[in-house]
Amino acid sequence: MGQVSVAPIEIERTESAEETSAVPEPDVPWVTLVHNDPVNLMSYVTYVFQAYFGYPKDKANRLMLDVHHKGRAVVSSGTREEMERDVQAMHGYGLWATLSQDRG
Amino acid sequence: MGTFESREGGGAAIALDDIEISILRSLAVQLLELIGPGEPEPAEDADPLAVLFASDGPTEPPSDPALARLFPDAYGAGPGAQDDLGNGLAGGLPGPEAQELRARSAEFRRFTENDLRTRKREDALAVVHSLNGLTPAGDGAAVLELTGELPLRWLGALNDLRLTIAARLEITEDDEGARLFRLPDDDPRKPMVMAYLWLGGLQESLIETL
Repeated sequence: MGQVSVAPIEIERTESAEETSAVPEPDVPWVTLVHNDPVNLMSYVTYVFQAYFGYPKDKANRLMLDVHHKGRAVVSSGTREEMERDVQAMHGYGLWATLSQDRG
Repeated sequence: MGTFESREGGGAAIALDDIEISILRSLAVQLLELIGPGEPEPAEDADPLAVLFASDGPTEPPSDPALARLFPDAYGAGPGAQDDLGNGLAGGLPGPEAQELRARSAEFRRFTENDLRTRKREDALAVVHSLNGLTPAGDGAAVLELTGELPLRWLGALNDLRLTIAARLEITEDDEGARLFRLPDDDPRKPMVMAYLWLGGLQESLIETL
């Protein structure tokens, strides 16, 4: 963040550039989403958010309720590599998690 | 049926009778069989490059629904987002994007699934070992004491067991647990439902001791 980007003066829009324009910008942050499921106990999900992310109990509990009521919640954000690490950890705990690029 | 309680000096303890011990052990062994054996240790003179490639995990999601739940795709829309054929978590998204998500999920799986399987195998093994270490009293009951890393290993294994049983019982909605609870006694799913609910109680009480 905070870097100054050097924009090219002329942008030649070739066909292939057109095609790859759907690929999200690299500096848009990624997020880890935890999805609701009917099996994981609410107390367990709260525990995992506290134990792995180090969130205080009230934040962990609020995120758990978001997952439960809204079907999913963003539990962390960062680089793609960081989010892959978080998703892997969530899978280790048995939570259903995915990562995606946050497009606002 | 007992529940976990905090142990003086840390950890958790629970009284288990011989039937409970045997059910828990049997479930943990079934989980081990489901997860499968680990990677064999490479021979000492093995080509290091070959070893590197041999350690790569699978790229496709497991076809067994319980394993697919334990090892889900990392990219995609998440649960419930399946196409009409019931496959592909990236279903519903336009073609090229779905393809991209599948490719990223495959890559992620290749580098993580073996480690994940190892962790889940070790958790289930810890359950079997601690049950084997129990010395039942004359009435067959014993007190299981979990200290050190064991409470967390049990927590993981209990959760994996519940996820696995839920996949077998096809519990996909929040209120289905309640529906299954009212099954008639002669329903073939009844024993598995009872085990599922019992494991839930064990897990809940174990969390409270942490």
